[in-house]
Amino acid sequence: MEKVTRLASERGVVIFTKSSCCLCYAVKILFQELGVNPTVHEIDKDTEGREMEKAIARLGCSAPIPVVYIGGKLVGSTNEVMSLHLSGSLIPLLKPYSATLS
Amino acid sequence: MNSPTSHFVPPRRMGVYDPIHQISMWEENFRNNVDLSASTLLIDDAEIKFDNQSEYASHGIPGTSKQYDQEANRLADKIQRRLAQNREAARKSRLRKKAYVQQLESCRVKLMQLEQEVDHAKQKGLHIGGTGLGSNSLDFAASVNSGITSFEMEYGHWLEERNRLTMALRNALNSHVSDIELGELVDGAMSHYFKLFGMKSAAAKADAFYVMSGMWKSSAERFFFWIGGFRPSEILKILVPRIETMTEQQRSDISNLGKSCQQAEDALSQGMDKLQQMVSESVAAGQLEEQTDTPHMSTAMERLAALVSFVNQADHLRQETLLQMSRILTKRQAARWLLALGEYFQSLQALSSFWANRPPKPA
Repeated sequence: MEKVTRLASERGVVIFTKSSCCLCYAVKILFQELGVNPTVHEIDKDTEGREMEKAIARLGCSAPIPVVYIGGKLVGSTNEVMSLHLSGSLIPLLKPYSATLS
Repeated sequence: MNSPTSHFVPPRRMGVYDPIHQISMWEENFRNNVDLSASTLLIDDAEIKFDNQSEYASHGIPGTSKQYDQEANRLADKIQRRLAQNREAARKSRLRKKAYVQQLESCRVKLMQLEQEVDHAKQKGLHIGGTGLGSNSLDFAASVNSGITSFEMEYGHWLEERNRLTMALRNALNSHVSDIELGELVDGAMSHYFKLFGMKSAAAKADAFYVMSGMWKSSAERFFFWIGGFRPSEILKILVPRIETMTEQQRSDISNLGKSCQQAEDALSQGMDKLQQMVSESVAAGQLEEQTDTPHMSTAMERLAALVSFVNQADHLRQETLLQMSRILTKRQAARWLLALGEYFQSLQALSSFWANRPPKPA
């Protein structure tokens, strides 16, 4: 859990994914389209991946992966990201971290 | 039934034949009325007759009673055997009848399913027989098919309700009902769409390919298909002009919503491309003589399981689009927009019908 919190508090957009997960890939593409380069941590490639996966599951997001943090704060999974974006609330969150948006 | 005592016959000869004649009549009855209780009646009657006959015999001609006893025993055996045969025949007949009825029942269920499928196909203007609907579905395992069959039936009902709601919206807008009443209709129409997304989620669990194929929709709707349904940005682009008066703020909000939709759709589309690529790779890897940790097919299947989450994600996007529109628009504007949406899909279905029934081109 400590590793998750530590990585999550990095600056900008942090996404926990798995290398085989195509929905995670889609979320990454979305952030890139919005002018942000997210930091992607593939937990299946991490030595502590199992513990990280358990810690992430305890966060209670709508799906286990991807899990997105913006500026150290938990946003959620794909559903939450999409809802935020359609309601127009995602871009304001990204402004500090994007050259193109701000 | 004739009583043998009414016939006066010499005991030595005719007395022996008479009971057998009676039995063949009773056999006839037995075949017609499969009733076990009758057999005890027969035995009782037979015993009575013999008692009568033997009484008569012992009073009558001397020297014949022993011979008569032997013949009487043989006759009793014959009767017992015949009765046993009858019971066996009756039992077999009952079993055959039961099997036949069970066969009829299962054929009836299949027939009902087929009729439903044909009805839906006709409604949507699909060609019957060449599609995945009629031809393969009976061969599927019951567990796979039942999820899809029940979805198809539910979808038929859903369509009827959608048409009813569309007509209700049209009537309400034409007759200038209050905004509150309109609001209730709008909420009802929105819930109805959300209900479909729930149905599709269950169907995707049963067979994600089926939902992706759009076989449950009319051909023209399938033409515009995107990950198991309509493209959210399209229903904004096409139908927003149908809303007459909008404020500047509303126009701007809808424009932003459209843009966000487009971006989300692009991201999901690219995710789908990646999924296709990965499935294709794991299937192709099976053709190489490589040693891998896991069998190629099971890897391909694991990746295919992601298809369900893509269908769900696309439906979530559709739901969010509807929700945002209902936030931006007034109740009256939303009613107009939802009416336009219902009519749009109805028109696509009509187009599919016309297309399916178009006259053949002259040579």
